[in-house]
Formats: sequence, C-alpha cells, structure tokens
Amino acid sequence: MNSPLFLSIKIATIATSIVFILGVFFARVIARKKFPGKSFVESVILLPLVLPPTVVGFGLLYLFGKNGPLGSFLLQSFDIQVVFSWIGAVVAAVVVSFPLMYQSASAAFQNYDQNVENAALTMGASKWKIFFTISFPLAWPGLLAGLVLSFARALGEFGATLMIAGYIPGETNTIPLAIYFAVEAGHMEQARFWVLIIVSLGFSSVLWLNWWSKRNILKFNQ
Amino acid sequence: MLSLTIKKKLPHFTLNASFQAGNETVVMYGPSGSGKTTILNCIAGLTHPNEGEIKLNNRFLFHTNRNPLPVQKRKIGYLFQDYALFPHMTVYKNISYGATDDQLVNKLLEVVGIKHLTSKYPRQISGGEKQRVALARALATEPDLLLLDEPFSSLDQETKNQCYQELLRLRKLWEIPIILVTHDWEEAKKLADRILPIESGELPFYTKD
Repeated sequence: MNSPLFLSIKIATIATSIVFILGVFFARVIARKKFPGKSFVESVILLPLVLPPTVVGFGLLYLFGKNGPLGSFLLQSFDIQVVFSWIGAVVAAVVVSFPLMYQSASAAFQNYDQNVENAALTMGASKWKIFFTISFPLAWPGLLAGLVLSFARALGEFGATLMIAGYIPGETNTIPLAIYFAVEAGHMEQARFWVLIIVSLGFSSVLWLNWWSKRNILKFNQ
Repeated sequence: MLSLTIKKKLPHFTLNASFQAGNETVVMYGPSGSGKTTILNCIAGLTHPNEGEIKLNNRFLFHTNRNPLPVQKRKIGYLFQDYALFPHMTVYKNISYGATDDQLVNKLLEVVGIKHLTSKYPRQISGGEKQRVALARALATEPDLLLLDEPFSSLDQETKNQCYQELLRLRKLWEIPIILVTHDWEEAKKLADRILPIESGELPFYTKD
C-alpha cells in the first residue's frame, strides 16, 4: 500500500479535491467581481504557474517549517507536521495545481449567458439554488477540464514536493520522486517502469477529457 | 398598478423616467442605447436607480431611503431579449423552475401552444417556440407585472405577426400591467395600449389619464 503508485494517487486525489473546492469558490467570489486590487490578487493566485518549483518549495518550506509561521501553529495546535511528511506533498500539489483550477473555473463561469442567472433570480430562486441548479451544471464542462488538468499536474509534481516533503520511502516517494532517485541510484529498469506508468496515467486522463468534452460541449450549446 | 419615478446616472447621460401603468400594455419606444432596458432592470431589481421610487400594488420595490426589495421577492415576470432559457433543462423544467403550481404550468403549456415541446431542450426548438417558452416561464411564477425586453426582435416577420396575436390574446387572460420595450414603431402601434417615447434617457413625465 506504500508503493509510489498508491502514494501518488492518494496525494493527487486529496490535493485535487481541495483545489476543486477552493478553485470553484475563488472563481465565484473573485472572477466576476470588480474590486480594487483584483489584478494583484489574481497575479498572486497565478504566481506558482510561472515560478520555478524550487522557489515554490522554498516558500512552502519557510511557511510550513517547524519554526515557520504556519508550521509552528499547526504543530503546536493540532500536532500536524507538514514538512517531510505526505501532508507536505499534498500542500505542494495543492499550491502548484491551484492556478490551473482557478483559471479553468473562472473561464467556465463566464462561458455561458449570464442572463440565465438573472432569469432564475426573477423567478424567485435563492442564490444557492441558482448555484446548484444553473451555474454549476452550466460551468461543469469547464470545471471538469480544470479538475483533470489539476489532477495531472498534482500527479506530476516534483520540485516543490522534494523541497518540502523530501524523499522518504513509503511516506513521500511519489512516482516522479521515485523516478529521479531510481535514476540517481542507477536502477534504470525501475525508472523506466515508473515512467511508463505516469505517461499512461497522464495520457489517458487527457485523452478521456478530450473525448468527453467533444461529446458534451455540443449538448449545452443553445 | 405600477408607479415609477427614477433617476439613474449612466456613462453617457442621466436616465430620468416617471410613469404609471395599470392593467394595460405600456410600450417604451426608443432607439437602442436610450436606457429602455435599464428601466426594466431597475423595475426587476437587477440594478438600482440612484434615487426615486418604484411601487407595485402598494409595495415599495425601491425607495431612496429604504433598502431595495430583493429581486426574488418582487413577483415580476421578465422576458429577456435573448430569452435566457436554461440550456441544460427541458422546456417543461424551464417553465416549472419558479412555479409553485403544476396545474398552472400545464395550463400555460396549453394556452401558449407548446404542449408538444415539453421534453425538448432549448437548442432543439425554433426562435418563435423559444419565445413562447420564455413567455410561459415568466408567467408561471404568477407575477404581478410582466416585463418584455424586445421580445420579438430576433424573429422573422411571419413569426412576429403570430406572436403579436398571441400576446394580445394573453393580455386579456392575464390582468396585470405589461411593460414592453421595442425600437420598432409598427410593433409599438400594434401592441400598445399606451406608448411612451424615450430618447437619451428622457422619458416625459407621464401619468395615466
């Protein structure tokens, strides 16, 4: 159960679930509103996309380290150690895949006629009802694209993970880390095996997404 | 009875409007960009005037010194220019979305003549049919007032004529004020009990005689 495949899927699944909820929430709250400092907030959100993973890792190490502002709080209040644990790998995956989810979600919520929400309002529907019956189903194709991309990104995360979670067999050795350390140790067969696994996983998720979107996008067009 | 006196600043001019409407069809006639849709949006509560008051059957929808009544509580049927049908719902689901009475939904399907379309999706029906669905949907919430924003602008002439007849017929069945916005003079003449010309946001002060 502690194989790199299982660990990778566990970490990517947890990270993607967090990223999905956060991405949809922020896209709803920020993307369609105009407020001072919006560009600044959006730039901060997108920053991990353009920074080298080592920089993201360094930042996370600072924040979540035992003496870091968040790390010491989590350790003292909840006895949770983030660095050099699988939780650290989840944190790294969340940070690097969040911009992809946010971008997809904010595009998805602007991709349909906004008047349908106004129409629902005039029909007496509450904001929650409108979100679950109108906005979410209409944005779903875009949200799903974001979900798959985030999952693929989380699965392939390497640099930041290595910085914050390190290489601990059975705890943080996800497939990308396993490949790197197998090559370093000269175990080319093992590295080739994990390369094949991760290429198949990434390829099949993107292939499925393409097939699904082609089938479903037509369905929603008026 | 609707009575409205509002002032709203827009990018290029200030909108001034004041009129009353009983159980009749009042047509706001004017060129694009003259602020007609903004007036409808103020009545529906999708945007708010800077000052003034809007009153419907003795309920204040808007008053300078009070909190505006939320859109959901205004009991106003609004037919948007692009119809804004829910593309992922069938015709029946669209119409029953805000309805409390299934019998009314079925009656509307019959009255508007779209009973055969109930299980179709908006993308599967024609422009004229969409317009009827949107009208039925607006009426299904049993509104106290009906707003129609250029409801016929995307239809061909023949369908337009059919829809005019339909609206005149419905007008007799539903005893509520109807405010219709158009830039088509012929349409205004055919449908209106009263025409309010509007130009660059100036709607002449008007009271019902």
